[in-house]
Amino acid sequence: MTHEAMAGSMTAIPAGNLGVVTDVSSDKQTFQVPWGKAMMWIFLLSDTFIFSCFLISYMTVRISTTVPWPNPSEVFALSFGGEPIPLILIAIMTFVLITSSGTMALAVNFGYRKNKKVTVMLMLATALLGATFVSMQAFEWTKLIMEEGVRPWGNPMGAAQFGASFFMITGFHGMHVTAGVIYLSIIAYRVGSGFYDRKKGGNYETVEIAGLYWHFVDLVWVFIFAFFYLW
Amino acid sequence: MAQSEGHQQHPLGIYFWVWGLLFVLSGFSYGVDYFQLEGMLRWSLILLFMFLKAGFIVAVFMHMAWERLALIYAILVPPLCLTVFIGLMAIEGDYTFLARLAAFGPAAEIIAPHQ
Repeated sequence: MTHEAMAGSMTAIPAGNLGVVTDVSSDKQTFQVPWGKAMMWIFLLSDTFIFSCFLISYMTVRISTTVPWPNPSEVFALSFGGEPIPLILIAIMTFVLITSSGTMALAVNFGYRKNKKVTVMLMLATALLGATFVSMQAFEWTKLIMEEGVRPWGNPMGAAQFGASFFMITGFHGMHVTAGVIYLSIIAYRVGSGFYDRKKGGNYETVEIAGLYWHFVDLVWVFIFAFFYLW
Repeated sequence: MAQSEGHQQHPLGIYFWVWGLLFVLSGFSYGVDYFQLEGMLRWSLILLFMFLKAGFIVAVFMHMAWERLALIYAILVPPLCLTVFIGLMAIEGDYTFLARLAAFGPAAEIIAPHQ
């Protein structure tokens, strides 16, 4: 292959399965994305395995216990003066997290439009919704520990493994949300202060990388909501 | 649409559409519990809404739909190992459950009477 022909084939990178072969061969960088983004994806992949281990161990203890599992629909019901509404707090928390995912997606978009002001506002809104989520989780934990008497080693409603699974899974997820709120606040501050204009030549891909992390936190909640609260 | 530099710029409309869809799907999942659906119907609906929500978040919000296939494979194929792990632990859990019934359940006295 002549030099010109090689240069020609480099400019038109094939898509699909042929693209996979092109990307992983030829002794060059495999992923055609900024390195920070590739690394965030690899980190999220490892995090996927951690959360999966928690959810699978929860599945195992729930299958293997001979004592009835506490009904999450009743345990997490909340009454506003009248009849208790099943799972209402968890439903509100889910909607808060989805709203924050939407504002984050928009923040990434406005970041690439180089609209600094809107990007910062949207990222702060996302962080604020995340903080709201953690506060509601703190309320949920307090209610469960103080009023329902749930402990990691037992509870009055049924299978002893309920508490251990609950505190481990939601605790680890809540920790991720907390870390995300701090992470987003730092990136928002840097966008606002013009850090990326000065240091990165106006490249806002960091906002997208932070967005990946935030959407992942929402993604994990989708699985926790389905398997722990609804099942 | 897809830029090889990993620069993701898409029309705003698609984000609002997916945002709305996620709300509707979450409403549906909550409905499964609110209306106390039971058995296979409950479990299949929970899984259906869960996978739809997860799919939309990964594909659109995380821009996976516009990434190159090499990255998609690198991220989405490894978690498939988990299906084997889930299968193994489900079998293990069932075994433990049966062993507990046999050893501590009401039938324990019949299977292995105390001396």
